[in-house]
Amino acid sequence: MATVTAPATPGTTGTRTVQRRKRKHNSWWGIVAWVVGIIFFFPVLWMVLTSFKTESQAYTRNPTFGFTPTLSQYHAVFSSGVWPYIANSGFATVISTIIVLLLATPCAFALSLRPVKKTRDVLFFFISTKMLPVVAAIIPLFVIAEAIKMLDNVWTMVILYTAMNLPIAVWMMRSFFLEVPGELLEAADMDGAPLRRTMAEVILPVVAPGLAATALICCIFAWNEFFLAVNMTAANAATVPVFLVGFISSEGLYFAKLAAASTIATLPVVLAGWVAQRQLVRGLSFGAIK
Amino acid sequence: MAEVVYDKATCMYEGSDRPAVDALDLEIRDGEFVVLVGPSGSGKTTALRMLAGLEEIDEGSIRIAGRDMVGVPSRDRDIAMVFQNYALYPNKTVSENMGFSLKMHGVPKDERDRRVRDAAGLLDLGELLDRKPRHLSGGQRQRVAMGRAIVREPKVFCMDEPLSNLDAQLRVQTRTQIAELQRRLKVTTVYVTHDQVEAMTMGDRVAVLRNGVLQQADTPTELYDHPANVFVAGFIGSPAMNRLAGKPAEGGVAVGRVHLPAPRPVQEHPELVVGIRPEHLSLSAEGELELQVDIVEDLGSDSYVYGHLLDGETAATTGDGAGNQANGSPPGEHSTTVIVRAGRAHPQPGEKVRAKVDVDQLHLFDARSGLRIS
Repeated sequence: MATVTAPATPGTTGTRTVQRRKRKHNSWWGIVAWVVGIIFFFPVLWMVLTSFKTESQAYTRNPTFGFTPTLSQYHAVFSSGVWPYIANSGFATVISTIIVLLLATPCAFALSLRPVKKTRDVLFFFISTKMLPVVAAIIPLFVIAEAIKMLDNVWTMVILYTAMNLPIAVWMMRSFFLEVPGELLEAADMDGAPLRRTMAEVILPVVAPGLAATALICCIFAWNEFFLAVNMTAANAATVPVFLVGFISSEGLYFAKLAAASTIATLPVVLAGWVAQRQLVRGLSFGAIK
Repeated sequence: MAEVVYDKATCMYEGSDRPAVDALDLEIRDGEFVVLVGPSGSGKTTALRMLAGLEEIDEGSIRIAGRDMVGVPSRDRDIAMVFQNYALYPNKTVSENMGFSLKMHGVPKDERDRRVRDAAGLLDLGELLDRKPRHLSGGQRQRVAMGRAIVREPKVFCMDEPLSNLDAQLRVQTRTQIAELQRRLKVTTVYVTHDQVEAMTMGDRVAVLRNGVLQQADTPTELYDHPANVFVAGFIGSPAMNRLAGKPAEGGVAVGRVHLPAPRPVQEHPELVVGIRPEHLSLSAEGELELQVDIVEDLGSDSYVYGHLLDGETAATTGDGAGNQANGSPPGEHSTTVIVRAGRAHPQPGEKVRAKVDVDQLHLFDARSGLRIS
């Protein structure tokens, strides 16, 4: 039986060669990307692996990947009273983030959708507060806190974290609000919606990914903050980063326990980021592509 | 339904050296469909937004049903607007978009749903009521924007270039639907476009604006047959009217070495612009104008021959009386291009041809002021 072969379309052989070359090229870049990713991720991976070792295994001269994992370090960390630190961190992070969002959202709305002559000056003022290194402000902050008997108080940390994150939140939220088409506001105005209904029903749903991204950034900054916490707190209001420092003692470094404590400290923000990753990516790339 | 009156309405943007809309006087009758047309920067959208309450009225006033709208917020003007980019609420369904205004005005849910269903029926949106805008095509979004305006049963519709984001075929289809809808609903409508074909086919009257100043407001036929000045003559009609430099001559006007009769004496106008529409020129061996063909646009049933005059003397300044060319280019840039409508048989580029002028269809304008003489 004669077989009919379709004639080769002119140019397809050339196209296939180009595609093969492109795939090989992309494969090399894929390998490079994996290598870079592993290099950046390796310290975190090592920390997690170390948390499942005994102290002696963690102290070996030649690092080992092969070992019998143990949960004893986690047990030790949870037995050493970590929960109050987690509670303080959680309280300060959540409350300060809520306050930041409540203040930053209307502020950013005004600075973006209702600009006035001095808008740029106000924006600069906000961001200029971040130019001062916190170490320069710690002494006056300490003196004030002591004078009003607010040292070692979790509400002091709430206020400080709010002040710390507010400028960043205002700038971030402003950039998200700038993406809202002005015609949406005009349409809502012509439809008879008062400002609060326009915000609630029209604008906030549009900027929700940006709101989630801002909230997550504020949570990360507040949760991980160490300098203010170590100076302004002691027994009652100390946070998780301060707790971690306790494993660096005059008796030596308890690597395995430190690794376990660090893993526990990292988990909440990692989980939050995982849950909100779609909003985070969308929010952080808001406006990048029209 | 209401009449709209612009009474020397002026809007001046901060930092600008001239008003965006300059003392606009325009009366729109109850139920009339008026199109504001003009090039970019002519003030047509600003004039519309002043009516809608989205721009300040710096001087003069705008009245709707006799009520002065100066200082009245847009939500209290009983106007519905269709925006160029539709401005649909992205998180709401079609039904919620259309009913949003009624909800804000406290209309009971049953009544709201009924009006949304009725408007959706008019616009063939019945099956799309539960979709969100991101799941709609451009044409469907445009209809939802229209539906959102219709459901409010306002006094005035304002439409800001609602067809500009649609493809050419859909635009043609939709503009007849809009015109038909407006005729059925009989709501006073002010429609902005830069497309003079839309303006001519949709409006009861067309108001031509330029640099914030009203040039002429008239029926499409009047605008076409009796443009008030050189700018309107060149803006209305596609292809544009030929506008050639002329001078008074014995018994008429002289365009270069060609003498044409004039319907009235023009001696008091030392410089003239002679307007002739392409369809009033015909290719003929006995034609008065000698041209060399540059390009030919073959449209199938017709063709348009673009050529330049060869008489050697034509100072073909096609000014508009404001020191500029009718196309906006500065004075001194002379254009001798002449457009002739021909049939399916047409000359080729490079050929020399002669064009006969239908002298009964000449338009004469004063070159300095740009105003129509006859």
